[in-house]
Amino acid sequence: MSDLKDLYQEVILDHNRRPRNCYAMDCPDRTADGHNPLCGDTVRVYLRIEDGLIKEISFSGHGCAICTASSSLMTEAVKGKPVAEVEELFEGFHQMLTGVAEEQGVELGKLRVFEGVREYPVRVKCATLAWHTLHAAMEGEDESVTTE
Amino acid sequence: MATVATGTHGTRLDVDALRADFPALHQEVHGKPLVYLDNAATTQKPRAVIDAVNAFYESDCANVHRGVHALSQRATVAYERARTAIKAHLGAHDSREIVLTRGTTEAINLVAHSFVRPRLRAGDEVLITGMEHHSNIVPWQLLCEETGATLRVVPIDDRGVLDLDAMGRLLTDRTRILGVVHVSNALGTVNPVADIVRLAHDAGVPVLLDGAQAVPHMAVDVQALDVDFYAFSGHKCYGPTGIGALYGKRAHLLEMPPYQGGGDMILSVTFEKTTFADPPHRFEAGTPNIEGTIGLASALAYLEDVGLEAIAAHEARLVEEASRAVAEVPGVRLIGTAPERAGSVSFVMDGIHPHDIGTILDAEGIAVRAGHHCAQPVMQRYGVSATVRASFGLYNTDEEIEALARGLHTVREVFA
Repeated sequence: MSDLKDLYQEVILDHNRRPRNCYAMDCPDRTADGHNPLCGDTVRVYLRIEDGLIKEISFSGHGCAICTASSSLMTEAVKGKPVAEVEELFEGFHQMLTGVAEEQGVELGKLRVFEGVREYPVRVKCATLAWHTLHAAMEGEDESVTTE
Repeated sequence: MATVATGTHGTRLDVDALRADFPALHQEVHGKPLVYLDNAATTQKPRAVIDAVNAFYESDCANVHRGVHALSQRATVAYERARTAIKAHLGAHDSREIVLTRGTTEAINLVAHSFVRPRLRAGDEVLITGMEHHSNIVPWQLLCEETGATLRVVPIDDRGVLDLDAMGRLLTDRTRILGVVHVSNALGTVNPVADIVRLAHDAGVPVLLDGAQAVPHMAVDVQALDVDFYAFSGHKCYGPTGIGALYGKRAHLLEMPPYQGGGDMILSVTFEKTTFADPPHRFEAGTPNIEGTIGLASALAYLEDVGLEAIAAHEARLVEEASRAVAEVPGVRLIGTAPERAGSVSFVMDGIHPHDIGTILDAEGIAVRAGHHCAQPVMQRYGVSATVRASFGLYNTDEEIEALARGLHTVREVFA
């Protein structure tokens, strides 16, 4: 149980129960779909970008608690940020989850609650699906992304 | 082997004794005793199977069908004896009706390619059901795309029972094959395959049964069923991975062109013309999975020794007990409540994703499958993206079902 509490932290459970910015945006500039074929999770990210800033962001779809909470916390973390900074944040987030390299001083803030996911390698994709999808939306890629 | 008579209850398995045959069961996972409930994905292997595979490599390792030397002859005899054992297990008439494949998927692809494709024209139809595994959907889709034929699907009801009236209507003079799963991997439904074969044959339609989830749990008799093709996998019935078999009626196999070209499937080759071997070797290009075939025969012998009827009775009780225990957990909904079920119990929990349930159960040492079970159309039918599936083998116990129920209460605590 104590290990599980590291994974399912209160913030994660809260964002799973009441996901923020979880709606289909009316007139988004861009959208992208993400799909995890392993477990059937799907996420759609909606974006409105103005002057290089994420003006508005939302998501819809269905996924596990890690996927839903990560989508929710991501929207909060990137709202109002310059696009370039978002990519940096994604990189830092990914590094925290995979531990492949020392983090490069990216301020992750609340996103640190996902640190426990590192101990569950098969769940890393759940935490990164929304970010991959956001990346695709920012790049304006037409095709949907998958975690495979 | 390990069966004991208990008088009033008939023959019951001595599960403790059987568990001793499976080395992998006796381990801890995350500090808890392993509770292995993912048998529909793959089963653990008894010592007899592991030993049979090892014995091949330790003493008989040679290629088959080509050497005059002693080892090659021993390997060939063992390989062909295994084919005969598979024939006997399925109740087939002739071991030449058993084609060894990589598994169920390859067996279905073989039928699609060599039996159905030559007779499929634009406007023809392939009929499958709404509870098929992707392996009995995708090969037909590829074939239909290529030929302009249409894929039709027999619907299932809310319990997960096939609509046989609809099947009767969908079997027409345009239908070239009916592909049906014997036991559903996602719902546990046991389909009335004897009735289905009769229905299809009355309409002049040949039938392929996907027996991947049936062979581990019950006796199968292809002659009694009068089925045209029957496919199954070794690793789901306590044998090695990468080996399976296709039963095909001899008359069908004889008229079918090869599936893949290569060595071991020819009589003679010149650059002008190749003459193909007779079935089953016509369909077994290349060096086969010799140790897998030997291991599979050993697994089937193990099942027969334990007793298929006793296994079926034990597992039927486990399915019933698990359905009850799981459904008692608040917020749980069973997916698949057909009256005839075997092997597995699928369910979802209110507001908690199956993936999270799988992770929390794993922390308790309990292995289940969480996902779409390679049956996404079934998931869509029930309006879910995934389910949790607990699936049983001959070595599972009542205590393990209790552990599963306790694990689900832990899930609720974590998400409280």
